[in-house]
Order: sequence, then C-alpha cells, then structure tokens
Amino acid sequence: MFDKLKEIIAEKLGAEVDEITEESRFKEDLEADSLDLFELVMAIEEEFGASIPSEDLEKLATVGDVIEYMKKQGIEG
Amino acid sequence: MLEGKVALVTGAGRGIGRAVALKLAENGAKVIVNYNGSEAKAMETVKMIEEAGGEAEAVKCDVSDFTACGELAKTVIEKYGRIDILVNNAGVTRDGLIMRMSEEDYDTVLDINLKGAFNTMRHFSPNFLKQRSGKIINISSVAGVMGNPGQANYCASKAGLIGLTKSVARELASRGVCVNAVAPGFIETDMTDAMSDKAKETVIGSIPMKKTGKAKDIAEAVAFLADEASDYITGQVLCVDGGMAI
Repeated sequence: MFDKLKEIIAEKLGAEVDEITEESRFKEDLEADSLDLFELVMAIEEEFGASIPSEDLEKLATVGDVIEYMKKQGIEG
Repeated sequence: MLEGKVALVTGAGRGIGRAVALKLAENGAKVIVNYNGSEAKAMETVKMIEEAGGEAEAVKCDVSDFTACGELAKTVIEKYGRIDILVNNAGVTRDGLIMRMSEEDYDTVLDINLKGAFNTMRHFSPNFLKQRSGKIINISSVAGVMGNPGQANYCASKAGLIGLTKSVARELASRGVCVNAVAPGFIETDMTDAMSDKAKETVIGSIPMKKTGKAKDIAEAVAFLADEASDYITGQVLCVDGGMAI
C-alpha cells in the first residue's frame, strides 16, 4: 500500500517518490495547501475505496498517519 | 465556442434561465435544463433547443435542498462524465417592506437564491477540481449591488451571491476554474412583469440608457463568461444593466 500511496502523493503534490517517507509531513515537508490535501484525499478514496471524513483530515499530518488510518479501516491495499 | 461542453442551468424553464440555456446550446454545449416548479416550461425550453439543432434534457431538482443537489450532481456526472459550465440562475422574489416581511418569505428567498447556488457549487466543485477547468456563473442582480426598497430578502440573497462568488473564485482559481457573477438590471421577464406600470416607469427613469434589457442581453454576457475567451477573468461581477449601477 505504501508504494501505491507514494505514487498518488507524488502525482498530486508534485513531489519525487524517493522524497516521500512515512515521516513526511504533508504541509511542512511536501508543501501541500488545503486544496492539495482535498485533492489527495479524493484520489486516495478513489484508489483504496476508503472514506476519509473532513473532520478526520485534520488529524492526518504525515504519510504514516494516513497508512495507520487506513489500516484501522481495514484497508491494507 | 462550446462544442463538447456540458452545461447545467438552474431555473431554466423561463426568463433569463431559458435565454441562457438557449444561448449555451446555440454555442454548442449540451444543456441540462433544471427546473422545480413547471415541468411543462422546462420541456418547452428543451424543445426549443432541440428544434434549433441542439442537445438538452430537463432535470427536476429543488436547488434549496442540499441532498437533492448532491443527487443531481451524481446523476449529471454519471450520465455525461463531466461538468464544464454551471449557471446558478434559479431565483424567486417575495417582496415586502422589512417591517412586514415574514420569516418564511425571508427564508424562502435566501434558501433558493443563495443557498441554492452554494448547494450546486458544493456538490460539483470536486468535479471541477479534478477536471482542472470549468466555468461557474452566478446570476446576481443589480439589486444586490445597490439595494432596493421592498426587496430586503432578495437583495440580501443577491449581495450574498457576490460574496459567495468571490470566495469560491479565490478557492478554485489555482485549478483553472473561473467563478463570476452577472448582475442583471431591469430585464423584461415574468418576474418584472409583476410590477405596476408606475413602478416600471420610475425604474426606467433611473437607468442611464432609459430602457429595459432583454433576457438575451444576460445570455450574451453569460455565454462570454462560459467561453474560453474569458479564461483570465474570475471573481468579477459583470453588471448588464444599461448603466443602472454606475
């Protein structure tokens, strides 16, 4: 799942796949603004069939947070 | 022109909405003619478009209903795969002086005219974002710019539309989506026909051009804002009013 997620993040945020780690912070390290994050969530929801409500979005600061969140939803990719 | 584009016009059964639907179809767009009150009127608009060689269908939806607008967006995207032009035109009046205006009359006008535009933009914006292009045109009113006695509810809704337009324009600008408002002046429609002759004369006297406008005048402005010719214009209010709001 991490590889696929990295691909999506790289595409949506215009980052290099190699730069993305579980510790990468969306806003600080990957320079994502709120619109970028919204688009990223849409792409993740589409790819993994996950559902990420807006109120949970605030809690997802790093790439690792998203992986944890999806695991809790039972999505292992 | 608008070949291959998909357009949704709310309140397109008559008046300005119908003229806009006809114009966008004439320019090549597939038009979804939204209505709530009269199916017969909406079907008339569709027939006029088809007879002119265009493509259109009528779809019922109460724009003041958040959930129904979500369903509308889903239906449109499922059927056409995209949305290029959204014209928020549906509007009503419930005139009265402030001290006599009922809460219901205030709420009804705000719900349809202002919240209606929010509802459609709210549900279609993910698609506009994904497409990285699109045109949203909100039909405000010169009354929203200037105020008008007896229309506190209507003016509030139309002024609100301008704020809504500017905010959403800022939010979506980086993704190539243009959001503008058109503010019609005194246009000959069923809505203005309801005024007394004396009231009409007074209003016409206040218009620098000393004449009323036609629904077609608004349709032309909307067609421009829907076209790629206006790709660098966003967050603006285009007054089409014979100089009334100068």
